[in-house]
Amino acid sequence: MSRSPVSRPHPLIELTRARLLEFLREPEAIFWVFVFPVLLAVALGIAFRTKPVDKLHAAVVGTNPSAKRVAALLAGSVDLTVAVVTPAEAAQALRSGKVDVVVESSAERDGHPLAVTYRYDTTRPGGRAARLAVDDALQRTLGRPDRLDTREERVAQPGNRYIDFLIPGLVGLNLMGSGMWGLGFAVVQARTRKLLKRFAATPMRRSHYLLSFMFSRLVGLVLEVVVVVGFGWLLFGVAVRGALLDVAVISLIGALTFAGIGLLVAARPRTIEGVSGWMNLVQLPMWLLSGSFFSYERFPAVAHPFIRALPLTALNDALRAVINDGAPLVASWQAVGVMVLWGMASFVLALKLFRWQ
Amino acid sequence: MEASSSPETGHSVASESSVAARCAGLVKRYEDVVAVAGVDLAVLRGECFGLLGPNGAGKTTTVEILEGLTRPDEGIVEVLGTHWGSGSEHALRERLGVQLQETQLGEKLTVEETLRLFASFFAQSRPLAEIIATVELEEKKHARVGKLSGGQKQRLALACALVSDPELLFLDEPTTGLDPQARLKVWEVVERFRSRGGTVLLTTHYMEEASRLCDRVAIMDHGKILALDRPAVLVAALAADQIVEFRVRPDLSLDVLAGLVGVSGVVHREGVWKLSVRRIGEALPALLAEIERHGVTLESLATHQATLEDVFVSMTGRALRDE
Repeated sequence: MSRSPVSRPHPLIELTRARLLEFLREPEAIFWVFVFPVLLAVALGIAFRTKPVDKLHAAVVGTNPSAKRVAALLAGSVDLTVAVVTPAEAAQALRSGKVDVVVESSAERDGHPLAVTYRYDTTRPGGRAARLAVDDALQRTLGRPDRLDTREERVAQPGNRYIDFLIPGLVGLNLMGSGMWGLGFAVVQARTRKLLKRFAATPMRRSHYLLSFMFSRLVGLVLEVVVVVGFGWLLFGVAVRGALLDVAVISLIGALTFAGIGLLVAARPRTIEGVSGWMNLVQLPMWLLSGSFFSYERFPAVAHPFIRALPLTALNDALRAVINDGAPLVASWQAVGVMVLWGMASFVLALKLFRWQ
Repeated sequence: MEASSSPETGHSVASESSVAARCAGLVKRYEDVVAVAGVDLAVLRGECFGLLGPNGAGKTTTVEILEGLTRPDEGIVEVLGTHWGSGSEHALRERLGVQLQETQLGEKLTVEETLRLFASFFAQSRPLAEIIATVELEEKKHARVGKLSGGQKQRLALACALVSDPELLFLDEPTTGLDPQARLKVWEVVERFRSRGGTVLLTTHYMEEASRLCDRVAIMDHGKILALDRPAVLVAALAADQIVEFRVRPDLSLDVLAGLVGVSGVVHREGVWKLSVRRIGEALPALLAEIERHGVTLESLATHQATLEDVFVSMTGRALRDE
């Protein structure tokens, strides 16, 4: 019998290779991992782009001479757009956010305003600013002297924009999503197709099988991170202020962490529906809480320690520290520690709980 | 290799050398079903042993216990001189080839990639080109698994089981759902493996398959072995050369037919009578005369050489493929 002991490929390498080939031959996977995050970044980048001059919108109510006079006084302000409207129109425009403040002349003499009422929504960021801008413009043009000499420096430089905040968050989200969905589906599919059982009938080391998923993520992660970071840099000028190597190290740890969590979630479910439910249950809180789209500082301070203990928060924080703040890797040791703990605990538990048939 | 078997096997050296796999008193229960209810069998080295029975007979459970994939509730299992759970599973798996029922290999990989992957699990393997030639998939070498026909997929599954050049090959319903042409090709692969000196344990519910491939057959039903012997012996035990199948209206009663000349067995199922007949030349005229005498109408009548299927029917009163 012609057995060949020579040139035996290592099972871990072969498993990883097979896993990567299967992934790359899945068009949907390519879309979700590479195209989707870029589309998301484009959409959000455009929606929250820094506009050259962001004017506030004021509406003056009424058609009497006094109202027209108020409108005329405001017309000179560079910060404001002004429209004269009926009371009904004013209420509607304020409700829908088309205007930030409604100005009503409440007392007049000979067609000149003596007193005005500002109506605005205090829960909208533009409301208070518009009220101040309108008041300032009116008082000044009516002769209020400025007691203090002021100078302005307007700052809208790369590094402080929403897109700068967003790109590291998208990298984090992408690493979580592709790690968990990619692994979860592949594992559960292999289980429902009895492929896991078939593998279990060979001398394959079970740890090799699970490790191959971690390894295949290493290759996937390079592409995912490069696509999103490169895209942010080319289109929006989002610079990596820290070391690229640090970004690579953090991404690697993050990818392995979510590969471990993905394996744990996929350790037992027997159906795709089952694993999808668990995946969503695990990921949704992190989508909301972990500061991918907006800072988690907005949540009450008591919740911060818990939010920071989530693996995606740790990944996002560590990425932002390097990309936005240019901090060295050691500054993020806590976040890295959180990820390593999650990743290792999940992998060990997954190996124990894993259902092969 | 026999010399390395553990001392607790407790069996004579002679049986160790001649037995490739055996089990005794095997019982496996699932929640409310007893899948295997006390099975004893021994597969001899170099033979092809068949487990023949309908769906749900306990064939797959028995084989998966022997493969070390399922743990029995009771009983002794010994494969190539080793017990599962004795710590040498890994070494044992190196020597086994397994084809499971209904495994779907990854559809995105090609034939060659799939085999390469399976080969990597074993310390030693046959050259891939040789294996691909054995299962006649040379032209499909670079085709993705998802694009293969049912028969080609099944031959690839066989190739995955053969890639390590195993001593003992387990095949669980290797040709279920295949057309006759594809079935024949699978049989040829199995025969090629046997000609190399390999041992085979296969399950099937096709009696042609059992007759053609198997040296010995165990007929299983409801988790038990009803009969175990060479196919020819099992058929001979029917004490019948021919089987007469017929249908009459209105129906006749059992005592009328049981007493007929040359009839050694009677089975009545869904309106069809099956008579096991030793001397067809005497039995057939007698049967026709009896039908005439009772004034019933003969709706159909057919005779054929007795087969394993008839053995099963005579033992259980049911057909092998009930569903």
